[in-house]
Amino acid sequence: MKMKTKFGGGSNLWINPVLDKEFRLRMRTPRSFVALLSYILILGLLAIGFIYVTLGLQDQQSGMRFDPSVSRSLFYVLSIAQLVLIAFMTPALTAGVISGEREKQTLNILLTTQQSSTAIVLSKLVSSLAFMMLVVLATLPIYSIVFLYGGISPSQLIQVFLFYIFTMLLLGSIGIMCSTLFKRTIVSVITTYGISLVIFLITGIVYLLLLRVVQQSYYSVAIPPTYSWIGFILGLNPAGALISIFEPTLSSQAFLMTNMNAQNQAPISLWLEFVLVYSVLIIVALWIAIRRIRPVRRKSKNRSSKSNHPVNPSTSTQSDVAEMTPNPPEKS
Amino acid sequence: MIEIKDLSKRYGNFQALDQISLNIEAGTVFGFVGPNGAGKSTTMSILATLLLPDSGIAKVSGFDVTRHPKEVRRRIGYMPDFFGVYDQFKTDEYLHFYGASYGIARAEREQLIPQLLELVNLSDKKDAYVDGLSRGMKQRLCLARSLVHDPEVLILDEPASGLDPRARIEMREILKELKRMGKTIIISSHILPELAEMVDQIGVIEHGRMVAQGKVSDIQSRMRVNRVLHIRTMSRQDELAEKLQDEPYVSRVLSDANGIQVHFSGQDAEQMQLLRRILDWEYEVVSFNEAQTNLEDVFLEITKGGAAI
Repeated sequence: MKMKTKFGGGSNLWINPVLDKEFRLRMRTPRSFVALLSYILILGLLAIGFIYVTLGLQDQQSGMRFDPSVSRSLFYVLSIAQLVLIAFMTPALTAGVISGEREKQTLNILLTTQQSSTAIVLSKLVSSLAFMMLVVLATLPIYSIVFLYGGISPSQLIQVFLFYIFTMLLLGSIGIMCSTLFKRTIVSVITTYGISLVIFLITGIVYLLLLRVVQQSYYSVAIPPTYSWIGFILGLNPAGALISIFEPTLSSQAFLMTNMNAQNQAPISLWLEFVLVYSVLIIVALWIAIRRIRPVRRKSKNRSSKSNHPVNPSTSTQSDVAEMTPNPPEKS
Repeated sequence: MIEIKDLSKRYGNFQALDQISLNIEAGTVFGFVGPNGAGKSTTMSILATLLLPDSGIAKVSGFDVTRHPKEVRRRIGYMPDFFGVYDQFKTDEYLHFYGASYGIARAEREQLIPQLLELVNLSDKKDAYVDGLSRGMKQRLCLARSLVHDPEVLILDEPASGLDPRARIEMREILKELKRMGKTIIISSHILPELAEMVDQIGVIEHGRMVAQGKVSDIQSRMRVNRVLHIRTMSRQDELAEKLQDEPYVSRVLSDANGIQVHFSGQDAEQMQLLRRILDWEYEVVSFNEAQTNLEDVFLEITKGGAAI
């Protein structure tokens, strides 16, 4: 009985020891349960609040009714709210996974085991995302309110959840990269939120500003162009991409297509652009994390120090970044 | 077993290691002595593949730490000077985790872990959470952890720091056991004086340079470490202490309730003459003996005047 609870070990291909450890330890802290509870509470309250407010509004116009169109807008509200919650939670979960071990002084020991850098980084990512997925799946009962009234197809729901997983993967990869690059968790967390802010907010704001500029210029010409590149910018925004899943016409609108017909399609769906562009970012972020978790060999550095330069510039510039200094040489 | 040649490491403007070289044979217990910041931990981190040297070579069992780190890791058990534990683990889960991390199959671990816990006297704490262990127990658990894959080489950075005397003695006994098992051990420790009898070789490092290296006795004689003589008399102790100060080879005299301590730079013949003179002066000598000079004295002597202490 007890044997089963002890690590799978080398024979088990799917659960490597680090992943097993992460799963196990994460669920032993009360923090995880508190996080799960508060997440569901926030989303649940939002859903109930939305229903309450819309019913109240409709009451004055056309009597008590909660029809499919309203439930569709509830679905949108929930989905966007969920996206925002994911944006808040994923960095918090991932931006400390490596630097946290470094601060707790457990990373060094882990790095002297036979676990590869890839195994460590990916296990940390997978375990964080698994927890996030648990949280998001735990909100499904709230979505069932939407299905009670109809207006949304299950395939849309699945697409939205797949989109969430991708967004978590994106933010999680960035979080792990920062966690590897920065010695201190707090710096890593701030940087990860900073990057998330750019992805979530700045792209949207830039799009809206450019939209204003481009629309202004349309008035000054006789025949406005049928297409504008600014749609690509909205495609970098998660909310834009998410809405383009509910409303495929958004993609065309984003590119300012003037006469919409079958021949005049958007060059690319916003969500597809989002997935393509950020897939590259995910791969780059994970590659950096895997490469930098252990000391990096710089060939030029070895050469320059062999020639006995009094000060080695390539090493001193790295001092700000975690260069696998286990502890600063020795304390006095 | 361990081969270090012209190893250098620099942190920014701080030269942590300056071309140190070192050779340790298999089965040797090597004591690393030096003040804080001298480069002991840096050397050990490089051997543990956690840090890359700027130049020079470090090899464990013939494997270069920068070229074949995975092979090196398989052969070393590393215990850092400061380490954390995963608090929510139970003691045996902790060892299972690291065992699994070294790719040891579960059945094998089931056999191995009770033995390891036995070795470090933690058998009764098998089901205790790591969080609840005392510092000495955590230290011993970490030592057991470093043995989980049966490494040839143990790199122990201050394994007894922060331990009370009782825990230090326990740690020392475990290390003796490991020596009997034929492990090659590199150890830097505050308890080096206590370890003197089990350390085969020492290396004294200061400001990133190897100041002295070799057998303990060789270094002691080469460094001409002063002997310390303990003299206890029935009466007139202070008077004798005063007299001794004018004697040849005597550099310092301390007198307290326990007797007189004389720092003496002479050899056996001069020491014998000193005793004869004291007896000639008709002092009632109860005991006259030479205190065991230990590694700490060697260390203090070698690094004397160094600003690092």
